[in-house]
Amino acid sequence: MREAELRKLLAANLLCAVSIVLTALVPALFLDGFSVLGTHLTWLCVCSVCVSVLNVTLCLILKPNPSSKRSSLSNKISRFLKCCIYFFMSCILFHAIIVLYGAPLIESVTETFLFSVLLSTFTTLQCLCLLGPNIQAWIRVFSRNGAMSIWENSLQITTMCSILGGWFGAFPIPLDWDRPWQVWPISCSLGATFGYMAGLIIAPLWIHWNRKQLTYKSR
Amino acid sequence: MQCTGQGLVLAGVHHLAWVELWGLSLSVFPRRMQRWPVLLFLAWVCFLFFSGIGLFMSGFLLTRIELANSSSCSDPLVPPPWDKQSLPPGSCWVPRRFPKVVLVIIDALRFEFALFNPAKVNPLPYENKLSFLHHLATSQPHHARLYRFVADPPTATMQRIKGLTTGSLPTFIDVGSNFATYAIQEDNLLAQLVQNGRRVVFMGDDTWEGLFPKKFFRSYFFPSFNVKDLHTVDNGILQYLYPTVNSGEWDLLIAHFLGVDHCGHKHGPDHPEMAKKLTQMNEMLRSLVDHLGNDTLLLVAGDHGMTETGDHGGDSQREVNAALFVYSKTPLFGTDPPKEPEAIPQVNLVPTVALLLGVPIPYSNIGEVMAELFSGDGDTVSEALQQLLVYHINAKQVDRFLHSYSLVAQDLPAEQLQHLQELFSSAVEEHIQLLAQMQRAMLMSPELESKLRSLISRFQLYLRQARAVCTQSWARFHPLRMVGGCTLIAASCLLCYVASELATVSDSFYRSCLLYPLLWGLVTAVLRGLAYVFTQEELDLLLLLSSAAAASLLGFFWQWWGWHPKRARLLGSQPPLASIGLRQRLRVWLGLAFPMGILLFRCGAMFSDSFVVAEAQVAPFLLASLVMLLIGKLHWDGRLTVPEGHKQPIGFSSYRKESWHLLCLVTVLLVCLRLSGFFHQCREEIPHCRPSVFLPPLASLRNTRAKNLFYLLCVALLAGLVYAVRSWLRHYGNLNSSDPVVLFVRWGFPLVVLCIACYWAVASSAEDSLGKLQELVQVAVIAFPWAVYGLASIGLLLLLCHPMTVFAKDSRESAGSIVTPYQGIPSSKVDLLQVIPQIYKRMQESEKSRLERRSCRATVAAYGLGSVYSAALVVALTLLGFLLMLLHAERLSLAFLLLFLEAFVLLHIHTRARSLAGDTEPFSVPWFAVISWLLAASQFFYSTGHQPVFPAIHWNAAFVGFHLDHSTNLLPAVLVGANTFASHILFAVGCPLLLLWPFVCEMPSSQKKKSKRESQEELQTVDKHMMEMRLRESPEKFSTALLQLGLKYLFVLGAQLLACVCAAVILRRHLMVWKVFAPKFLFESLGFVVSSICLLLGISLVMRVDCAVSAWFSQLQLR
Repeated sequence: MREAELRKLLAANLLCAVSIVLTALVPALFLDGFSVLGTHLTWLCVCSVCVSVLNVTLCLILKPNPSSKRSSLSNKISRFLKCCIYFFMSCILFHAIIVLYGAPLIESVTETFLFSVLLSTFTTLQCLCLLGPNIQAWIRVFSRNGAMSIWENSLQITTMCSILGGWFGAFPIPLDWDRPWQVWPISCSLGATFGYMAGLIIAPLWIHWNRKQLTYKSR
Repeated sequence: MQCTGQGLVLAGVHHLAWVELWGLSLSVFPRRMQRWPVLLFLAWVCFLFFSGIGLFMSGFLLTRIELANSSSCSDPLVPPPWDKQSLPPGSCWVPRRFPKVVLVIIDALRFEFALFNPAKVNPLPYENKLSFLHHLATSQPHHARLYRFVADPPTATMQRIKGLTTGSLPTFIDVGSNFATYAIQEDNLLAQLVQNGRRVVFMGDDTWEGLFPKKFFRSYFFPSFNVKDLHTVDNGILQYLYPTVNSGEWDLLIAHFLGVDHCGHKHGPDHPEMAKKLTQMNEMLRSLVDHLGNDTLLLVAGDHGMTETGDHGGDSQREVNAALFVYSKTPLFGTDPPKEPEAIPQVNLVPTVALLLGVPIPYSNIGEVMAELFSGDGDTVSEALQQLLVYHINAKQVDRFLHSYSLVAQDLPAEQLQHLQELFSSAVEEHIQLLAQMQRAMLMSPELESKLRSLISRFQLYLRQARAVCTQSWARFHPLRMVGGCTLIAASCLLCYVASELATVSDSFYRSCLLYPLLWGLVTAVLRGLAYVFTQEELDLLLLLSSAAAASLLGFFWQWWGWHPKRARLLGSQPPLASIGLRQRLRVWLGLAFPMGILLFRCGAMFSDSFVVAEAQVAPFLLASLVMLLIGKLHWDGRLTVPEGHKQPIGFSSYRKESWHLLCLVTVLLVCLRLSGFFHQCREEIPHCRPSVFLPPLASLRNTRAKNLFYLLCVALLAGLVYAVRSWLRHYGNLNSSDPVVLFVRWGFPLVVLCIACYWAVASSAEDSLGKLQELVQVAVIAFPWAVYGLASIGLLLLLCHPMTVFAKDSRESAGSIVTPYQGIPSSKVDLLQVIPQIYKRMQESEKSRLERRSCRATVAAYGLGSVYSAALVVALTLLGFLLMLLHAERLSLAFLLLFLEAFVLLHIHTRARSLAGDTEPFSVPWFAVISWLLAASQFFYSTGHQPVFPAIHWNAAFVGFHLDHSTNLLPAVLVGANTFASHILFAVGCPLLLLWPFVCEMPSSQKKKSKRESQEELQTVDKHMMEMRLRESPEKFSTALLQLGLKYLFVLGAQLLACVCAAVILRRHLMVWKVFAPKFLFESLGFVVSSICLLLGISLVMRVDCAVSAWFSQLQLR
């Protein structure tokens, strides 16, 4: 059971990672002059959309978190709307935090907002897929011994890695190397993306290595 | 917030219980706090750091004093027979040889670049490229010559330009009259030329613009900042060079090419790009020579060389050996060139060019004229006589300089000056005698010639020795001292860390870790001093002190090492405990990793010039990250959530109420951090930066409405600060007594604010609008700051003399009625004062009944005893804040308000995080708190409009309360220093609050237990309310905690300093060392000194309060 689930997780994560790589390569075939650095905002949009679509589909197919209750259509719609609102709020929240961390307030608002959308895609969207619009469950997952399945463990790792990646991405900005990727928010979004991909790959490995120690509480 | 100690602390009640317990002992708390050892220990650690800093500075920062004198045409330096001759018009001192000079400076033209070796088959990219110079030198040996042009370190462009124009050896700090600009204030070649009506045209590196403002007849500056850009400057010069040369409207033309230097920085010398660049220079020289007239001297010089990696700044052979090429279309030299090009010091160019152009030699020149350029084309005797003349003038000028310099500074050794003086006077005397003899024609030609030769060599000897003496004290790094200083600082850091761990563990800490090391140090100092006495060497105080510091450090570590086995044995005897200890230690280490990681990042950032430049953004970023990490960690550990099984469905967690408070506090902190970014000053390294609009004083605002608005806002916020401090004090009951300090807080604070507001109003009012009142304004501008100074010092003195802010109500004398000492308060406050005693009356009565059973009669209620330490610190900080705000521009008071708010929020976050984490050790301040406190200190250094560069210092601060004259240098230095290190001062004095705040904010948790009426429980209830008196309960722990806090603070400060020092050592050849790293080091070390002294003051204030509290208790007991 555990092994099979782990394999599923690995496959899903690899799919996500590959999709991100593809977002950097494929649009160049359709769009003139597309490159990750040159037309960064386009890439941010493409990447966010792709990752979110993929995640939602994966979530629907794999059903890592089978809800026990059969819910009505209206219930489902309200859940969906709630999810949308949560996602939007998380974008705003990330935007605010990024600005508080020192991002420009008025100039390049679009860039900052798209970066926060990307971060939300890597973090909040995963939570929404896995846990639903349930803040209490989120709080529970992000604490020691809070994870109840390997999916939640993977969620922990990818979220932390994305945020850490974004954080480290801020480091090269002050350097005087005059590289195109030092422009705000390219280094940060690239950092977050690399962090997310690293998290996707690390998570199954980490779970595999620690499978003896990981004992999940039953729900 | 949650801190609702209600103005009354039951410590008084508790104290009687203690009295009962301890019988008739005289002091309330029998054990005394160790005050002096703690202060002594901290002072000793500070001394260790200071000696490290001093040692390092003496090896790294070479200083020199700039003289304001300048030479003039009428100076009597010319020897007798010539001084009466009339000079041709336009010449000073000697007839000029050339009316025009072209000086081409090719930045970083290493000597090897200019050398041409036809035999070389496969030249490197930088070799054999300047073929035209070789062609000139071989085809016209009497017209052209190549020299090895030896630069003096530091080989940075700015210092070299200074050297090439003043003829002196610029050090990193040339202590002149004005730090505010980079402009050269010493007498220099350009100033002399301008003074004598010559036209100087410049093109190239825009560094010159800052150095010589308004000196140029015409100038074409090009930006030098971007090192990656190889061509802008050079192409710009080439565009203007030939037309300018042809126009002839110049007497000295300077062209400063930067391409070679930038190419070195970008690619290194061994690169095809360098070959291209040098070839371009070769072509430039070829066509330039075509444009020159016969009366023009061409000088091609490199200002310094470069290393194999293309850097410069240090003193290696490759860096100091530049090239100098001299050419003229009229014959220059009487003799053939030597086989190997002669090496001449760079400063020699200045007197040579000055006398060739017929202007006075700059006053501070220590160079020697290049005599062969003065040979002319006469016979050997007249040639030698001419050379003797210039040598004579040169020597006289150098002697005059040395004399003036030794009057203002003592850094040149007196004996050597004496020796030089003798050498000089004998040579001059002989020269004059010789001239007199010659006039009487008493000497024959061969004898005369040999005499002239020997005299020339004596002048040369004098000039060279004088230069050597100066070089020795001005222009050499002392690597040994630098490394020694580094080691001392590193060892002191380690000591801080070890001692902060050790202080809690051991009993005989002070004896073994303070007394013995101090003895070691003292013994070494005495031995060293005796050695000096016996060997009769000159006493070097710095070496003496640092050797004492090193010895005491060794003593400490020796003692520490001696303990180690003992502890290991102790642990070894209990193996199970040891294993638990290991696991715990592992956990502690992991907990330490986060704050230490942030500290590591901060220290690492000191090693990159970009990060130093961007530090204003880096510090708040790291602070925000540290706080976020803390929250994340608390969350991860489940401290923020309601404990499970609390009517919660499993798998769902929600936050506690306190956690929400914590999150709100963090939000406020982040907002503060962001807002503080609006007060930043700019560095010139960031081209697009705009300095904050809040930095200039209000007087400079044109818009009257905006001016008034800002003024009102500043004053309102100032009043708000006073209100906030007073309500805080009132909240904790520290405003009830009628002590002088409390009265001062009540009446003095508003008065201070009034004075500051008046000062701002007067200072910012438009100059002309006041008309007749002008004189009154002049007085007011001085009087108001003095009123603030006076009031603040009165307040501080009162605080020192009588720091208690406690109002005791002794029910033994006045039973029943409650006296409210303060009348004019709002009704709610009256209610508060009425209600609180009533609440406590009930408790007192119950207490009384209990105590009566044990034959005791009455109780004492003490207002504000629970926050007596913090209250003193808060009052002191507010006063200091007022003083520092006065020294800053008006609108920076907003930044100060943010500072106070942020410090307050940080203290609360620290307290909350502690209580949420369930910290069991209330007496030790976690690293997180100390590091965040220091990060905030450096953040506000920038947010009060400062930058670690000299032009960014707010010099205006020296004239707050003074008209433009100071009798001493000390007072303005103190004022400017206080202005610059304002945030360091405030945060360091406030450091003990980190320890006190959690006690002040103790939760009143008595409500729960109130229902139980057992006396034991009640005693516990009373215990819960002790607040800061808990510290007094265990005075030893209190003093240890203060010591530990001080050591941790010094450790973090020291780690930052160490990073700066190491960066300065490792990167001493870096392009930016004199622009970024050295000023950063200087500011950081001064900040360290200021912080550590203020830390000591803050801790002493706490100790002083403790003394007063002890006295108060004993007085109470005697009554």
